[in-house]
Amino acid sequence: MSQVLRIILQRIALGILTLFIVSIVIFTAVNMLPGDFAQAILGQGATPEAIESIRRDLGLDQPPIQRYFAWLAGAVQGDLGTSFAQANFSSFVGADSGGSDVTVATQIAPRFANTMFLAGVTACIAVPFSIMLGVLAALYRNSAFDRAANIFTLSSISSPEFFLAYVLILFLAVLNPVLPSLSNIYDGMEFGERLQKTLLPALTLTLVVTAHMMRMTRAAIINLLASPYIEMARLKGLSPLRVIVKHALPNALAPIINVVALNLAYLITGVVVVEVVFVYPGIGQLFVDGVKTRDIPLVQACCLIFAGAYILLNLTADILSILSNPRLRHPK
Amino acid sequence: MSVILWILAALAAISLSGWVFRLAGQKITGNSPRFRDMPFAVAFGYALAAAAVLGGVWLWFQPGATFFRWAVQGFVIFAIAAWLFRLLGRAVGTAGTRKLFRQMPLTASFGILVILIYAVLSIFAGVIAPYGQAEVFDQVNALPGGNAATGGNPDHLLGTDQIGRDLLSRLIYGAQNTVGIAFVTTCIAFFLGGSLGFLAATLQGWLDQVLSRAVDVLMAIPSLIFALLLMTIASAWAGSEKWLLTVYMVLIIAVIDSTRVFRLARAVGLNIVVMDYIEAAKLRGEGLRYLIFKEILPNAYAPLLAEFGLRFCFVFLTIASLSFLGVGIQPPLADWGTMVRDLAQFINFAAFSPLTAALPLMAAGAIALLTVAVNFVVDWMLHRTSGLKD
Amino acid sequence: MTDLLLKIRGLKIEGRSDEIWNPIINGVDLDLRKGEVLGLIGESGAGKSTIGLAGMGFTRDGVRISGGSVEFDGIDLVNASAEVKRKLLGSRIAYVAQSAAASFNPAHKLIDQHTEAPVQHGVMSRAESAADAVELYRRLRLPNPEEIGFRYPHQVSGGQLQRAMTAMAMSCRPDLIIFDEPTTALDVTTQIEVLASIRDIVEQFDTAAIYITHDLAVVAQMADRIKVLLKGDEVEEAETREMLSHPKEDYTKSLWAVREFKRPQKPAVAAGATPVVSVRKVTAAYGKVKVLQNVSFDIHEGRTVAVVGESGSGKSTTARCITGLLPPLSGSIQFDGVEMPADYRKRSKDQLRQVQMIYQMADTALNPRKSIGEIIGRPVQFYMGLRGREKRRRVEQLLDEIELPADQYFDRLPSELSGGQKQRIGIARALAAEPRFIICDEVTSALDQLVAEGILKLLARLQDDLKLSYMFITHDLATVRSIADEVVVMKEGKVIEQGPKAEMFRPPHHAYTDLLLSSVPEMDPDWLSNLLKERGVDNIGDAAVDKMG
Repeated sequence: MSQVLRIILQRIALGILTLFIVSIVIFTAVNMLPGDFAQAILGQGATPEAIESIRRDLGLDQPPIQRYFAWLAGAVQGDLGTSFAQANFSSFVGADSGGSDVTVATQIAPRFANTMFLAGVTACIAVPFSIMLGVLAALYRNSAFDRAANIFTLSSISSPEFFLAYVLILFLAVLNPVLPSLSNIYDGMEFGERLQKTLLPALTLTLVVTAHMMRMTRAAIINLLASPYIEMARLKGLSPLRVIVKHALPNALAPIINVVALNLAYLITGVVVVEVVFVYPGIGQLFVDGVKTRDIPLVQACCLIFAGAYILLNLTADILSILSNPRLRHPK
Repeated sequence: MSVILWILAALAAISLSGWVFRLAGQKITGNSPRFRDMPFAVAFGYALAAAAVLGGVWLWFQPGATFFRWAVQGFVIFAIAAWLFRLLGRAVGTAGTRKLFRQMPLTASFGILVILIYAVLSIFAGVIAPYGQAEVFDQVNALPGGNAATGGNPDHLLGTDQIGRDLLSRLIYGAQNTVGIAFVTTCIAFFLGGSLGFLAATLQGWLDQVLSRAVDVLMAIPSLIFALLLMTIASAWAGSEKWLLTVYMVLIIAVIDSTRVFRLARAVGLNIVVMDYIEAAKLRGEGLRYLIFKEILPNAYAPLLAEFGLRFCFVFLTIASLSFLGVGIQPPLADWGTMVRDLAQFINFAAFSPLTAALPLMAAGAIALLTVAVNFVVDWMLHRTSGLKD
Repeated sequence: MTDLLLKIRGLKIEGRSDEIWNPIINGVDLDLRKGEVLGLIGESGAGKSTIGLAGMGFTRDGVRISGGSVEFDGIDLVNASAEVKRKLLGSRIAYVAQSAAASFNPAHKLIDQHTEAPVQHGVMSRAESAADAVELYRRLRLPNPEEIGFRYPHQVSGGQLQRAMTAMAMSCRPDLIIFDEPTTALDVTTQIEVLASIRDIVEQFDTAAIYITHDLAVVAQMADRIKVLLKGDEVEEAETREMLSHPKEDYTKSLWAVREFKRPQKPAVAAGATPVVSVRKVTAAYGKVKVLQNVSFDIHEGRTVAVVGESGSGKSTTARCITGLLPPLSGSIQFDGVEMPADYRKRSKDQLRQVQMIYQMADTALNPRKSIGEIIGRPVQFYMGLRGREKRRRVEQLLDEIELPADQYFDRLPSELSGGQKQRIGIARALAAEPRFIICDEVTSALDQLVAEGILKLLARLQDDLKLSYMFITHDLATVRSIADEVVVMKEGKVIEQGPKAEMFRPPHHAYTDLLLSSVPEMDPDWLSNLLKERGVDNIGDAAVDKMG
């Protein structure tokens, strides 16, 4: 067991190290802005004094390394800085202001929860559905069903998310008003209504993710069914169900877990476009807005959260597949 | 709740008819192996397929199902075109291409046909399009269909947009801009990732370590997110020079995508490097250039070509997504992603003017059609090369 | 005729490739009586395994029975329902696969996999079957029979797994077992134990068996009758002794004749002659693992030194040290009495030219994208500086040398050649450098015997013509007998014994050499019994038979 524990600890350490380096990459990228943030905020016509005052406000007069560690220390404690769009730069406008700044963290928190809800609904539909279809396609490979599924999934993977989204809107919202095409959810909404409004974006994501997951599950299962021990199980005269449940499934666990985690990680990217189409108040939409208004602290923070989630999911997949490997669980 | 009950009832009905179908088959054929050994799941599948076909036929005759009929017609037309194209391919050309077409599935010939059409469109967009992509006309928001009585204009078959540009022309120019830029980007990504990947695989040692770790880190950031982050900075750099932003976008996506190419090229390269013929060449005293260009590369063409197709799709979709989000290809260049965003609200007119509602779907569909086509061809190529092994 | 267990008539089997069904078996008949062992023998692609599986009513994916009948104990297996076949498999017909390591499910313990078939078929309860498993393990001479079943497959060695799989096949006391090359993946010394235990247990329970192999000597020990197959057709069938002493068909005779090629003994090397290659006290390691320790031997002009040992003994590593791919930790490689740089990158073009290599797998040794002319032409151009017409003439000359018509082969790709032809191209490429020393790394082990024979003869002729020195790496002692002048025996990275061939094949030997030499199966059907008697492990299982019934 200690060997497994050591490998897992190694992976976790590696994950943290990767996240750390990713944060450096993000910070460096942002610091490649021409001039600096102050310039970016105020535009070309700003007076030098105003710029100077913002620089002091944001601590831009300090060297980059110091700023990086200040940012990182804040991020670890949940303080992601102050959004430009929301910040009150009273000192340079000269006007008095009593309003407090809206921090990036308070902006992101509810949005993040919304996005997790959307991803969760998607996963609940997509994971069981695609694994079932993938296993079926593998069992009846080269049948009409498998070929139709192949064409359907390939098409669905190839289509941009917004194409699928608008097709669904056309059929399920405009022509047959079954579901709302705008996902204007808010705090304190009832679960049923929230679910109904989330369903259309969730279905769009499901289409994309299911296709990916199903293809990967199919490939993994076919690979598995070709292994000699499955042939051996069949030659022992076991029932087809027992061959699948007792012999294929324990070994299919690792590849399937991998497929699921990879696709949940893929969801993170897909979520951005879909949230914009359905005006879903999630972190993806916030991120795109930040990009358009060049709200650097916001963009930086969203990027870090996306990357963190991505790394975490891949790490989970890694650890789960280590745990499900009998060779590692029962060392020689 | 009632929806769930309906679904359960339908499942029960289909299960029952599947069971009856199998039983009838056994009785009629005198228990032939086909029906005798048929698992229930397969019988259920047949029943389900039959139900789907019946449902489709019923839907076809519904008055409001314009889009469904269009979809089915489009599907049939493309299938027939692909079939004819394959017939043509089997009849003309060299012996090699004729043989290729003989073993080709319909999906692949459909893919090749579509790619050819797109290639012609994008190369000859200037000749084919009735107007220029930035030409502005008097009538804005002319409806498609060309019927003046319903707010259309016979000069503009697909109507005009909100500032009066001909939509058909912009759709055709979109092929040139979107596809062309994606193609250039993919080429750069391949040059960058491919050469570094093969170098890493051949030399190994510290160079391989450094490059691989760097790629690991870059790949830990989801690519669309990373692209958006970098585009924020690029837009600040570009300022009001819109064309410069497009150039930055090409470079950014090429670099991000080259990480994926690097991984593949390195993996393919490593597989080849362990071959004995590489060892033989090394022991002969051959130099690095000879090893890479004469021994490794010729064996990597097949997987690299397939990867090129997949990468192209990915780049193409990323660019379309960026444009859709408003930070990609910049006006006045016509581009499909931007068109979808601009025309999106028309979808709400579906009940009154189906053709108008179809406009955003046409632009989005144009993107989907090409990626689907490329994927079909790549799928076939991968199937062929893996099939040749055994 | 009541004791006829398996009856196959006119069996035709097709395999699918590129959407077309191609014949694999073209009408084979087979009879097997109760308690009889039939050996199926043939080269790769003869369809042995396919027939074996068809005897169970089973075909792999993409393969189908297209004609003929398979009857097991009166049951028509071709037309039987899946349910009927399933009841027979495992309980009355069992299967032992080639690779036990891949055929045991890695997720379950051996004992759980052993008891599965008896419990599912309702033959025994789990507890009974588990107790029976221990007894079977004991009879098959597995160490720790009480405990070994509770291990996972990856915790057990290959030879032991193969015996555990035989035990598993026995779990329901089947009437018929199909053995599909059960010892091919094992080393010779391990093979003996597995063969002996399989033979004993089959005899004890009077089980009928089909024993599939490509190794004549192995099948001679195991089978009562032998059937020879060639490309999906039967060549001939006879009782084992009859078949060995009086083969009728030319093809069978040629198979038998393979082992008869022997080179005349060469005179001893003149004292004080400088060896072409001298390996001096070489110690080498991969990372921290030492794989070679203090290895020394000499190779003289015009001589063949065979380096023999089981897998992992360091034979190939020695070759890597000589070629300079793996610089040794200490020790040196001398060529003509001059020390060569340890790393091949530091060697001069001429030093590289003098040492050439021929590989085991001709498939991976030739660049599949280059024509034969290019493959052989490259060293000609690289070392000799020949171009254009001169180069072409030289390549044609080399093709002539390896007995392939130049005009037909010059423009072909490796994929258009057979295994033996590819190996000849590998030889020509080595010759093109005009070396004095060639390393042959298991060059015949991937080839069918007849083809291998041809390669050995070619190499012998080239040695005489060109005064070449060979280092011949092999695990096959029959090959050593036919081609070697001197023999070096290696085990675990050390040289155990070395000397002229004649001495090496004459006792007294080092204990390991003795084990290695005596483990190589011989054509004599009594060889295994005699050997076991000699080693004092005569039919261990006999005592247990009465107890178990």
